[in-house]
Amino acid sequence: MNQEMTVDARGLACPIPVIRAKKALESIPQGRVVVLVDEQAAVENIARLAGYMRCSHQCAACEGGFRIIIEKPGSGGEGP
Amino acid sequence: MKTDWKAMMPPVVIITGAVLGVLGAVLAWAGNPPNMGVCIACFQRDIVGALGLHHAAKLQYLRPEIPALTLGAMLAAALRKEWKGRSAPSPALSFLLGAFVMIGALVFLGCPIRMALRLGGGDLTALAGLAGFGAGIWAGTLLLRRGFSLGRSAPASRVPTLVLPVLAAGLLVLLFLRPAFIFFSAEGPGSQAAPVLASVGAGLLLGALAQRSRLCFAGGIRDLLLIRSPHLLVGLAAALVAAALTNLALGRFNLGFSGQPIAHTEHLWSFLSMALVGLGAVLLGGCPLRQLVLAAQGDGAAFCAIWGMFAGAAVAHNFDLAASPAGVPVGGQVVVVAGLVICLAVGWSVRET
Repeated sequence: MNQEMTVDARGLACPIPVIRAKKALESIPQGRVVVLVDEQAAVENIARLAGYMRCSHQCAACEGGFRIIIEKPGSGGEGP
Repeated sequence: MKTDWKAMMPPVVIITGAVLGVLGAVLAWAGNPPNMGVCIACFQRDIVGALGLHHAAKLQYLRPEIPALTLGAMLAAALRKEWKGRSAPSPALSFLLGAFVMIGALVFLGCPIRMALRLGGGDLTALAGLAGFGAGIWAGTLLLRRGFSLGRSAPASRVPTLVLPVLAAGLLVLLFLRPAFIFFSAEGPGSQAAPVLASVGAGLLLGALAQRSRLCFAGGIRDLLLIRSPHLLVGLAAALVAAALTNLALGRFNLGFSGQPIAHTEHLWSFLSMALVGLGAVLLGGCPLRQLVLAAQGDGAAFCAIWGMFAGAAVAHNFDLAASPAGVPVGGQVVVVAGLVICLAVGWSVRET
């Protein structure tokens, strides 16, 4: 079942946005996690996490920062 | 999906680490203290001494690398539109953690950069520090996973972010003017310095590269533990290898445990003091180098951490906590243990839900 979660990590210091995003991704079998951050460094770190978790992601600027949408595929798509 | 090696090992991080290693070895060859071509903690401590805030007569010099690094990072951040004011969510905690990181570094005799430069000079006594650094970072990652956070920062005015670069420029002016109220060591490590322009150039370059690459020695081990990503650790490895190769080329590589410059052989205290540095750095969000870069680009929390480090340096030398090649004073041992307990308590109790 596809699930969607939103993680508001704006204003949190490195690497807490990554930890919150990872927890959210691990909590759903498959679906979408939307992460809100407000620093370019956090965007890069979340993108790296998505790659490690074998998830696709896209990032767009939004009011007050960036919105990263991570798609977690179903079984067999998760990383090591 | 194939492994993205460029994301795992970013060239800019490797280049920054390598430049740091080479410059660290070269600046020591050019006059800076041995295996101390660059050290954020030692150099801040020397500046604190030069300003008369501690009285260790052999450790007083307005090290230009620190203000130059600050200015280099600020300019790089401005060019990338990353120079922005951000509020400090927990200024007192940032200050406290910064102070403990500094005291830990002065008991070990070096920040994480100098730890790498010591290893790159063949100083195997730094291995205990590396192990402790890793242990402290590991403990910090457990606390982060549990929910530790200093809180949320918010965008703020850019005006206060001018304070640090203006102070940095002021220190460079004082170095050139050498007024009577600034202390300069006549002997000891404080009297050993590379040519000022070489130090300024190296500092500017390192600051810009560190801002661009986001190099962080604590982040290297932390991110390997948290997300299995070596993208920052490769910077530490590059610094170590580059320093070792440069020292070999300069005939300054001396492998062993004994007779190492500005180092002690109390391995337990090297381990525990660097555990304090690692733990404090993870809770702060970065190592001393990263804190300096973040402060330069306008981060209020890092700014508080930097002032904590300055205060920690004054306390460490005024209260006889800092180590010397002769060993670690009892006061330093007590404060390192107390610092570990306090940082663990802070990490355990301060959570953002």
